[in-house]
Order: sequence, then C-alpha cells, then structure tokens
Amino acid sequence: MGRSADRLSLVLLFTPFALWIGLLIVLPQLGIGYVSLREKVGVNEFTFGFGNYAAFFEEPIYRNTLLRTAWISILVTALALIMGFPVAYYIAKIAKERSRAGLFLMCLIPLWVSDLVRAYGWILLLRETGVISTTLVSLGIISGPVEMLYNDVTVIIGLVYTVILFMIVPLVSTLQGMDDALLEAGYNLGGSRLTVFRRIIVPYAMPGIVAGCIITFMLTAGSYLTPILLGGKNSSWFTEQIYTQFITRYNWEMGSTFGVLLLIFTSLVVWLGLRLTGQSLATTVAKE
Amino acid sequence: MNKKMNAFVSGVVALGFSAHGAQAETLRLLTWGGYAPDSVIELFEEKYPDIDVEVTFSNNEEMVAKLRATGGSGYDLAQPSVSRIKAAQAEYGIYKPMDLSQVDTSVFQPNMMEAMEKYAEIDGEIYSIPHVWGTQGLVVDISKAPEVEGWTDLCDPQYKGRVSMRLKRALLLGFAFDTGKDPFAAYDDFEAYEAMIDEIGETLIDCKDNVKTYWTGGDDLSALLLSGEIVVSDAWDSTAFKLYKENPDIRFIPTRTGALAWIDTFTLPKRGEADDAAYKWINFVNQPEIVTMISESSGAVSAVKGGVELMPEGAREAVAAAFDEEALDNLKFMPSVPPGLEDLEGRVLDRVKAATSE
Repeated sequence: MGRSADRLSLVLLFTPFALWIGLLIVLPQLGIGYVSLREKVGVNEFTFGFGNYAAFFEEPIYRNTLLRTAWISILVTALALIMGFPVAYYIAKIAKERSRAGLFLMCLIPLWVSDLVRAYGWILLLRETGVISTTLVSLGIISGPVEMLYNDVTVIIGLVYTVILFMIVPLVSTLQGMDDALLEAGYNLGGSRLTVFRRIIVPYAMPGIVAGCIITFMLTAGSYLTPILLGGKNSSWFTEQIYTQFITRYNWEMGSTFGVLLLIFTSLVVWLGLRLTGQSLATTVAKE
Repeated sequence: MNKKMNAFVSGVVALGFSAHGAQAETLRLLTWGGYAPDSVIELFEEKYPDIDVEVTFSNNEEMVAKLRATGGSGYDLAQPSVSRIKAAQAEYGIYKPMDLSQVDTSVFQPNMMEAMEKYAEIDGEIYSIPHVWGTQGLVVDISKAPEVEGWTDLCDPQYKGRVSMRLKRALLLGFAFDTGKDPFAAYDDFEAYEAMIDEIGETLIDCKDNVKTYWTGGDDLSALLLSGEIVVSDAWDSTAFKLYKENPDIRFIPTRTGALAWIDTFTLPKRGEADDAAYKWINFVNQPEIVTMISESSGAVSAVKGGVELMPEGAREAVAAAFDEEALDNLKFMPSVPPGLEDLEGRVLDRVKAATSE
C-alpha cells in the first residue's frame, strides 16, 4: 500500500517535468533534426540526406560565423567570470548580512527591463551623437564626435552586461555555503592571500564557476537581439544566420541544419571546457 | 463588504458581457507598421460594432513565413507585396483567391489593377487587391551630399563612413540597373542572374569601407539620418517622406535609373475565418478620408484614383519634390520573385555581410 502510494507520488511529481522536457524540448529538437535532413530539390520536392550539412561545411562564411560566435561567447564568459567573481565574493562574504539582500537586488534590477530596452540604452549612450560622445566633446576631451557603436567591442560590452547576472547568482550561492573557518585556517597555516584564493576559494567555488560559465556561454551563443542591435557591418552572429535562413530565405531545411549544428557545437565547447579544466558535471554542478 | 463585493462582481460580469455579448467577430490583420493606425481602427469599429480588429505588424518575409508555419491560418487578411504572391502560393499554398464582386474595384487606378492581373493571377483567379504603393530609391541629405544621383553613388568615396544600406534584395536590383543591366529580364535565367549578382556582391564588398552600418528598420534609418550621422542611404520613399517633414533637406531621390516600385496588397490567407469582415475592411480603407489617414501614418501612396492628391499636405509636397513627370514614367515595378531566386540573392548578401573591412 505504502509502496504504491510512493510510486503514485513519484509519477505525479515526475509527469509535469517529463511533459515539459518531452513536449517542449525533445519533440521540437527531433522535428528540427528531421527537417535538417530534408534536402530541397524543387518546388515541394524533397529527398533525404546530409546535403544541408555538406553545404554548411563547404561554405566558409557559415563556418567562420559559427567559430566567431563561439570565440566571442567564450570571451564574454571569461569576462563575465572575471568581473562577476569579485562582486559575488563581496556579496557572499564581505558584505554585512543586512545589506546582502539589497546588493543582490541591485544586481537583479537590470533584469526587470527587457533585453531590447537595455540594448537601446547602450545605443543611446554609445552612438556618434549619443550621450558619451557629446559629453566628451563638450568637455573638450576629444575634438570631434566619435562612433562607439557598431563594432565587436560594443557587442561584447552589451553581452557581458546582459549575462553577468547569470554568473553572479550561482557564484553567490556557492560562496555563501563556504565556512569562514576554512579561510582562517588557510591564513593561520601561513598561506598568502593568493594561496588562499587559489587553493581554497576557487576549488570551493568550482561548482558555481562551472554552472555560471555553462549558463553564460549558452545564453551568449544563443543570443540574438544584443549582437544584432549593437553589432556593426562586420559583426555577423550565428543566430542571425539561422533567422535569415528561416525567415528571409524561406529555407527551413538549412535553418534547421544550422540550429542542430549550433546545439552540437556549443555542447562540444562545454564538454571540451570541462575536460580541459579537469572538471566533470558530476563533481561540480551536480555535487551534493 | 458584501455589498461592495456584489457591486464588484456585477461590474465584472457587465464588463464581460459588453465584450462578448455582441457576438463580436474578430478581424486578424497581418500588415505593415503604419498601415492600420489606431484612429482608422476606431472609426471602423464604430461603423461595424460587431467586428474587433486585431493587428500584427510584420514585413514581407515574415508574413510569408508566419502563414507558411500555420498553413495559412491564424490571420484573416494579410498585406504582402504583389511580388510575394505567386511563388509563395506555388510553394506553400498559403493564400486563397479573392472574390472581386465583394470589392469596389472601380476606385482603383487602372494600372494598379492591371498589375494585380499580371502578378497576382494564378489559374485564372486573382489573389490580391492593391492597397498602397511606393518606391525604393535613395534618401539623401541634399545639404551635405548634393551630387548623389544613382545607386552606385553609395560607393562614392567622398561619403566614406556617411553611408548606410539595407542589405536586402532591392540593393542588388538597384545596383544592377545602375550598372546598365536589367535584372528583371534575367529572372528566368538563373545562371545569368547569379553571375550578375555575384559581380554586384563584389562591388558591395569593395565599398564596404564606405558604409557606417547596415540599417534594418525604418526607425533605425530615421535616427541615423536625423542625427546627421549618415548623409545617404537606400530607403523606402515613405520613410524619406516622413523625414522630409522633420528636415526638408532630406529628400527622396528616385535615382537616374528609376525608382523600384512595389505595391502592397490585400490578400486572404488560405484559412482565414472572417472573409466578410476582411472585405468590409478593404472597402472601408478605400474611402477618401481614410486613405488620407493611412497615407499620413504610413507615408505610402494609396492605390485608389488620385492617391497622390489624397496624401496629407506635407507628404504631398515631399512627393512633388522627389518625383517629376519623367521619374513617375520611369518607375520600375518589381515583378513576382520566382521560387529559388531569393536563395541565390541570400548567398550573395551573406557574403557581403560576412566580408571584413576596416
């Protein structure tokens, strides 16, 4: 009796999750995978094969855009980690108990505004006739207006700003669990600040670092608005290619292929990152 | 407390009734920004109180993609350009034919209806009714770039860093005409067409240094021009006409080879559910005073007779400043895009976007 009740509660608890994963994630992915294997040979005529994938590897533009997207995403992740870690450490360890919630909230506030509005905020600040440029000119620091928009640096700034929160949150929650006694012990045993940081804090925070890096990397590689709005004539982004294939070129087959490739490629980068740093999901993100 | 609660509940119920009690029919409109301004919708709903109008703003490519995704349902009336009817219908079957007896076609300029018969006729049936037309050409701040006359002037090094473009097919067409070719004649010969646009792609890559940024929406372009950050770009005339009101130096240039003309239509999605309401809307917006209201908000010229005269004052002036008689005769109406052509063009445009410059 007790057993079947347990089982029932397990089924009931598991069903929403299974439905969510199955209907909203697995099924659409299978659909995308199916469409990506369809080759268009004429009006409403299709055959099956890997032609779309071959087309991707033959065309250097698509390859390079994917590599570029991955490279910038890694850079953004690294920057978000470097900038987010001190913030997270301050909130979790240095700030007083009472101000902690307030500080955390301040990090959250930008998220209450939509991506689009935040991107337009950057545009207003950085454009040639924007706030920063005109202020610098009126202060006499520069002689003529300067364009700070439409380049890769702007895209990186915008992306770091958008994703840094997803780095801070997991870091704060891991660091909060760290016993201060560990740090004191480290110093008592003669460790310098650097040693304590390297040997105690970083290993302890590793689950948070890995989780944060995976989330920010995936979010960045899959982002659309920020790179489109802030990017310039030379900055193509892979999600933009997917949009173009689906919408402007009516080529769902190629768009699906790109989608599958983006998923595989980003998963590969994450796997590689874990291998290179000697981590695994089991010992970091899923650590009890 | 109880009384208050009762009043509240009855209020909510009354509200519910007023919204649904009249058995309201919904007209779901898939259209361009500015084509269905709130003021027009209000007047329409006043005249037909049992019809609710819902508007979704979109563009040509998205309209076709949306209807394709749903097999032609989800909307009751769409407004794609006439060049996007035949191929989309052949490939995806997303439209249904028009019942011309429901529409007063005598109000249209004859050449507009002729264009429908030419470009939106499949198996003897007409799929579209003209709504507004306009052109694509160049928009220029004549106080800063007085010598711009044609598409290839976008690559003139004296405007380096002061040029914008929209990386879409019209750019390729414009450059083709300006280099003495006729892209429309090459529509049926894919090889010749590909060779031609490949060459234009090279030109565009070479002059990428000239470009400040590629614009993607009308608001983008307006901000760039009004702030003076750019002085010349390719553009829709409607955007240029709206800017003329803000700064009369910003003019639309139909170009020496003639502006590329488009007609946006009314077309019924295959599984639209409110055809009657759709026909009512079409006849409603062709009334002179409504025509003026829509021209005011869209900047485009109505397809009805005397469409230019019905434009609001400022815009009429801008049209007069842009088009003389010769320029009007020289309009290049964009024919139906054959299936597969956009794939070729897309490859060239991707190459231009991905090329690196300073």
